[in-house]
Amino acid sequence: MNKTRTEGTWEAKAGLARMLKGGVIMDVVTPEQAELAQNAGAVAVMALERVPADIRTQGGVARMSDPDMIKSIQQIVDIPVMAKCRIGHFVEAQILEAMDIDYIDESEVLTPADEKNHVYKFDFKVPFVCGATNLGEALRRIGEGAAMIRTKGEAGTGNVVEAVRHARSVLGSIRKLKVTPPEELMTIAKEMGAPYDLVKYVHENGCLPVVNFAAGGVATPADAALMMQLGMDGVFVGSGIFKSGDPEKRARAIVEAVSRFNEPEILAEVSRNLGEAMVGINISTLPDEERMADRGW
Amino acid sequence: MQSIGVLALQGGVAEHATILRKLNFNVIEIRTPDVLNSISALFLPGGESTTLLFLMNRWGLTEPIQRMGENGFPIFGTCAGAVLLSSSISEMGHEIKQESLHLADVKAIRNYFGRQTRSFIEDLSIQGLENTFRGVFIRAPLLQPLSERVDVLSSVDDGPVLIRQDNLWLSSFHPELTSDDRLHRLFLERSGLLSREE
Repeated sequence: MNKTRTEGTWEAKAGLARMLKGGVIMDVVTPEQAELAQNAGAVAVMALERVPADIRTQGGVARMSDPDMIKSIQQIVDIPVMAKCRIGHFVEAQILEAMDIDYIDESEVLTPADEKNHVYKFDFKVPFVCGATNLGEALRRIGEGAAMIRTKGEAGTGNVVEAVRHARSVLGSIRKLKVTPPEELMTIAKEMGAPYDLVKYVHENGCLPVVNFAAGGVATPADAALMMQLGMDGVFVGSGIFKSGDPEKRARAIVEAVSRFNEPEILAEVSRNLGEAMVGINISTLPDEERMADRGW
Repeated sequence: MQSIGVLALQGGVAEHATILRKLNFNVIEIRTPDVLNSISALFLPGGESTTLLFLMNRWGLTEPIQRMGENGFPIFGTCAGAVLLSSSISEMGHEIKQESLHLADVKAIRNYFGRQTRSFIEDLSIQGLENTFRGVFIRAPLLQPLSERVDVLSSVDDGPVLIRQDNLWLSSFHPELTSDDRLHRLFLERSGLLSREE
């Protein structure tokens, strides 16, 4: 081994997320679904035992997936394989790292294991993605070592409204910070509960130091393109594909839509004849304890 | 001002564009074949090669780019972009069926160094550059030459990571993830698009 070689650096962690930009990451529960996702142009798959829509209906404690199930997916596809650990469950994260998973999603879709603390992600060579509903939360996660951020949305509902809210909140705060005079930054950091150096970074650069994806409730090519036009770097699609009438067609259409998100004629073409979309839930009818976006802090 | 194209279907597009703009080129994002005739060189960025190939086929870019490459047009592929340019692709541990542009006499072995936890940074000696270059390797392929036409410009202990075959340049690492523009400049100089600086 060459003496100058270093593994698991920040550049390598955040760099992989940069290479996922403009792409679609799909939730899969079987090797067959993973293969379908890869053939449909997914940039990565999220290996899960249950998609969020099923976690909602079945209830109970949702945990990290069975390693065998994750292995079977790693063996079938060549694209990166992600997996979820519970918020704050650093041992699930250690297990996923030991299994050579490519990215860990410390996810509110699973039942949180720690009510106060998230995983200290700098301890790991494997990169993490975390959800955020606003800029302060995004910067706290980055401060703990997250190399990629996503909106939380309201996973498993097929309703994009929460993802839009989170995207607008994060991106709107970034736009505001850009024109904030420097003497106000410390107070803003205090009010947001975010590390000062990261607040300063956003002020100076006008963007997050990591890639920012949309997640939660994306069900159609139009939903995906909406998130891209709002300024997100890429899209996670959870239940939206495999809970729809024709997963293969829908998966391809969403990938195509993200690659040409600014061209309505193309979006019209790819949106045609996709079969039934997932049914979806009106979020205002969800009881508070079932709202996943409120998990994590 | 000359225009350089960056394939803009997925991946590290903005990173290449930033470096090229700093070098005073006009950057054209390539999503459709109709703008290909207005560029003087093309970058294929890092990303996922299966995704890029799916989208190139879908939007009619595969054949036009293949023809340009065969006719001496300067193309630089980084990581996934290099995989696309290779004549043969395999995955570490098993053979895979993956199409490509089949332009350079190179076998790209995807994920040669392992999965993401094995991604690494290493300082490289590159033929044509005076000082070492910071190589960012992310789930990187190894590039094995299959003919005499291929020049190896840089290697790590495991094998070649930067190669050139006439108009085609392939790197298994990501020069676009550093703020170092020397490799972009070298490619553009050797392609006659940039005069050598002092």
